[in-house]
Amino acid sequence: MVSHQPPQAQDDWFKPVAKDAEKAESVVRPSLSYWQDAWRRLRQNKLAMSGLFFLVLLALFAIFAPMLSPHDITTTQYAKQNMPPSSEHWFGTDDKGWDVFTRTWYGARVSLFVGVAAALIDFFIGIIYGGISGYKGGRTDSVMMRIIEVLYGLPHLLVVILLMVIMGSSLTTIIVALTITGWVGMARIVRGQVLQIKNYEFVTASKSFGARTPRIIRRNLLPNTMGPIIVQMTLTVPSAIFAEAFLSFLGLGISAPFASWGVMANDALPVILSGHWWRLFFPAFFISMTMFAFNVLGDGMQDALDPKLRR
Amino acid sequence: MAIYIVKRFFMMIATILIIATLTFFLMHSIPGSPFDEERTSNPTIQANLEKYYKLDQPTHIQYLYYLKAIVTFDFGPSIKKPNESVNTQLARGFPISAELGIVSILVAVLSGITLGTFAALRHNGIIDYGAMTFAVIGISVPNFVLATLLIQQFAVNLQWLPPATWSSPKHMILPTLALATGPTAIIARLTRSSMLEVLTQDYMKMARAKGLSPFRIVFRHALRNALMPIVTIMGTMLAGILTGTFVIERIFAIPGMGKYFVESINNRDYPVIMGSTVFYSAFLVFMLFLVDIVYGFLDPRIKLHRKEGDA
Amino acid sequence: MNEQQLANANALVKERQEEVPSLPKAVMTEKQVGQKHKRQPDYSEKVLAVEDLHVSFKTFGGEVQALRGVSFDLYKGETLAVVGESGCGKSVTANTIMGLIPQPPGRIKSGRILFKNKDLTKLNKAAMRKVQGVDISMIFQDPMTALNPTLKIGEQLTEGLRTHQNVSKAEARKKAVELLEIVGIPNPEERLKQYPHQFSGGMRQRIVIAIALICEPELLIADEPTTALDVTIQAQILELFDEIQARTGVSIILITHDLGVVAKIADRIAVMYAGKVIEIGDKREVFYSPQHPYTKGLLASVPRLDLKEEELQPIDGTPPDLFAPPIGCPFAARCPFAMEVCEKVYPGTTELSETHKVDCWLQDERAKHVFQM
Ligand SMILES: Nc1ncnc2c1ncn2[C@@H]1O[C@H](COP(=O)(O)OP(=O)(O)OP(=O)(O)O)[C@@H](O)[C@H]1O
Ligand code: SF4
Ligand SMILES: [Mg+2]
Repeated sequence: MVSHQPPQAQDDWFKPVAKDAEKAESVVRPSLSYWQDAWRRLRQNKLAMSGLFFLVLLALFAIFAPMLSPHDITTTQYAKQNMPPSSEHWFGTDDKGWDVFTRTWYGARVSLFVGVAAALIDFFIGIIYGGISGYKGGRTDSVMMRIIEVLYGLPHLLVVILLMVIMGSSLTTIIVALTITGWVGMARIVRGQVLQIKNYEFVTASKSFGARTPRIIRRNLLPNTMGPIIVQMTLTVPSAIFAEAFLSFLGLGISAPFASWGVMANDALPVILSGHWWRLFFPAFFISMTMFAFNVLGDGMQDALDPKLRR
Repeated sequence: MAIYIVKRFFMMIATILIIATLTFFLMHSIPGSPFDEERTSNPTIQANLEKYYKLDQPTHIQYLYYLKAIVTFDFGPSIKKPNESVNTQLARGFPISAELGIVSILVAVLSGITLGTFAALRHNGIIDYGAMTFAVIGISVPNFVLATLLIQQFAVNLQWLPPATWSSPKHMILPTLALATGPTAIIARLTRSSMLEVLTQDYMKMARAKGLSPFRIVFRHALRNALMPIVTIMGTMLAGILTGTFVIERIFAIPGMGKYFVESINNRDYPVIMGSTVFYSAFLVFMLFLVDIVYGFLDPRIKLHRKEGDA
Repeated sequence: MNEQQLANANALVKERQEEVPSLPKAVMTEKQVGQKHKRQPDYSEKVLAVEDLHVSFKTFGGEVQALRGVSFDLYKGETLAVVGESGCGKSVTANTIMGLIPQPPGRIKSGRILFKNKDLTKLNKAAMRKVQGVDISMIFQDPMTALNPTLKIGEQLTEGLRTHQNVSKAEARKKAVELLEIVGIPNPEERLKQYPHQFSGGMRQRIVIAIALICEPELLIADEPTTALDVTIQAQILELFDEIQARTGVSIILITHDLGVVAKIADRIAVMYAGKVIEIGDKREVFYSPQHPYTKGLLASVPRLDLKEEELQPIDGTPPDLFAPPIGCPFAARCPFAMEVCEKVYPGTTELSETHKVDCWLQDERAKHVFQM
């Protein structure tokens, strides 16, 4: 027998070690709840956090800036038409002499309102429809899913345009029109998640975990299934904002003096050639930035809520 | 496969019928006659007009006429331009819109897939970050904003490209860019994530273990599988491109179908709105049908699943 | 060491030896360990030599040291079984030999893989491709995912051949048909035109094996080739391995969790733990006189080979974190014989025979007194 032992071993090291129970266990990391963990991950995502920061700032301005603005944006100010940005009018004025800065924040109100309202209504309809479909299962489910499949095939924006033509332009009709077509995606996701919960319930029940099931659902499953739903809501907002701006741009939006970014961009269109760039630039910039912020926030939340998908 | 196609076909017919019916009854729910605005003081003229447009008939008879119009593809005369039929307008506008749409789709699909594939192959590299930054910006900037920015920059400031119309390849560059950027971004993101998913599959490892060329591994083994999800979103993509033509044609003064459609919306020219909506929807639903068939050919497993009827 | 200490130590050991389940000698009969009749390995011809291989992965949480000095040889026509707990580095070893470690995040930090006088770790990608599938082939665990769902199996079978050897389509097809017959797929001509989803799991694994064999490799690496299959099919696939080895003289590295599989077809066994080979030897040596406490525990945890539960049962505790592996013996935290020296210094390799080697301080002369063995 040949032994190659490392020379460093000292003789007095050859004695049994005291064995304590904890040693065999690896160091246990402090366990965070699902949401704390997700929030921690989200916070590490700089892009998503700057998106969130931008949106908070935007919301604050949308709420307070119009109140504080000294400028009148209801009656035409002939003396002040199309003035470039200055210390008095930070974003310049438009062809009616209205302060673009003030109107921009009114526009922010419209966009945020439309976006959030559409997302919330989608959420409620989706929860109810998808919940029933997934929970009932069987025949009900397959009929409800067929309906969804047909609705999914509809050209949404076209339907929205049609509804807008019929109902006339107002903020309410925009939201109604958007949600009539928009809830379908949410319903699908909710149904999928409900099926997952049901499946889990079925499995655990059959393994007779009994009383522990509700707790498992509440502690582990519900947060996990809420993830995709929240992400979907976050991503609904920018698409609703886009739809509103798009409709306004087509002339189906709300009318002056109420401002919407889409309306402002539409009004500014003929004047690109005359060099009044600020009239187009500011609404365009804020639409894009807001959508960008929601998109990166949504992406970040997706990563944070579903770390398995993290890339 | 045959059963699958037949099933999809009937689904398509059903969807078109639903849209047509919806359009009809929605339009008829608008109070008053479309001629009210015209202030036709003479009641006989109005009566004659209504007779000409068959508005004097009871609703269900009108509905039947309408269905006949759809089947025979004859949408009758326009209201605002009485000597022009809806068909003439469609026939004049459609080829131009189709050209714009097809060019944009080709650009979007080719560049989106290329970008997404490279991003996935160079995962977490510079190309990946660059492409994904472009993609988030691309989905965040609305097409009409992009269009106006492009005109401002390349037509007005730099004067490199013409700002409007659709007459030569040079004229096509800006509208195509404006219309294709959003879809490119979406396709790039989806291709990337789907490609990353495919790259981790065992069969990709197996392909590498065979010592195949990287070219063959990417094109023969990865791409076809990675493109499956892209095909499924092609429907939504087409819808986006199609509605996108509304604004793009308006901004670039391109005499396509979208321009007529937007005009008809602003003029409340009901036959044109109805005709265009049905035409657009039928076109889209037909495209979805084609997409489904393509999917069926791409994925050999579909044939087995035909009993369930969906993929 | 004074009297008192010695007494304490022995009491401790007694107590612990009760925790250590009985050695496998009692449960393994000659019949169960089995004997392959069809061919004998040629120990004069070395096919592969892995020397002190270190492989790490960069991850979000830090560097995972997946392999920390893996060494073993492989001879012509032999089957080396690699066993060990989940996460011990079996697949990483296989993938590194095969050139399939994604770099980054993976990196071969040091060591050599000598195959036909070439160091595979030094080859560039293009040169490695001439080895992959030609000289060395791999078989994966899950036949359901190892075949590309969108390509006909005919293409998947022949593409390797057509890439590496200048053969016509017709020749490649002929070869594919032959191979499908060998692996036991009926109607091979027609089957070539079908897609993977038209085959059962067992059939797919046969196809995967056929794909691996098409260029007549010298080395076949099978990473848990039977884990995903049900028992009767497992036996058939193992039979197939034996048959193929007899026919072609291919050397096989067989990664498995299943001691039944090992007993049936392995010639030698390498036991891995925390990125190291801690014991290696002839099948009999490892089965009948395992020397490493981990190997003992592993074997003892299989109550009876003829019973259904053939999977290696985990020993109490968990393997160490490979982000920061211990400097001493990685098994010390779970080892009933752990000594101070084990925590301080990694044991050297003891050669118990020509073939049997073990990394454990118990082999040291000085340890014999501690436990009075
Ligand atoms: N691509 C990778 N990135 C990061 N870590 C990896 C990667 N591949 C393997 N590892 C790590 O290397 C270690 C060894 O993994 P390996 O897959 O070789 O285990 P195994 O012995 O094959 O286990 P199993 O029996 O479960 O297949 C694990 O800790 C694993 O986390
Ligand atoms: S070296 Fe020490 S701790 Fe490691 S297996 Fe041997 S006796 Fe146990
Ligand atoms: Mg493994």
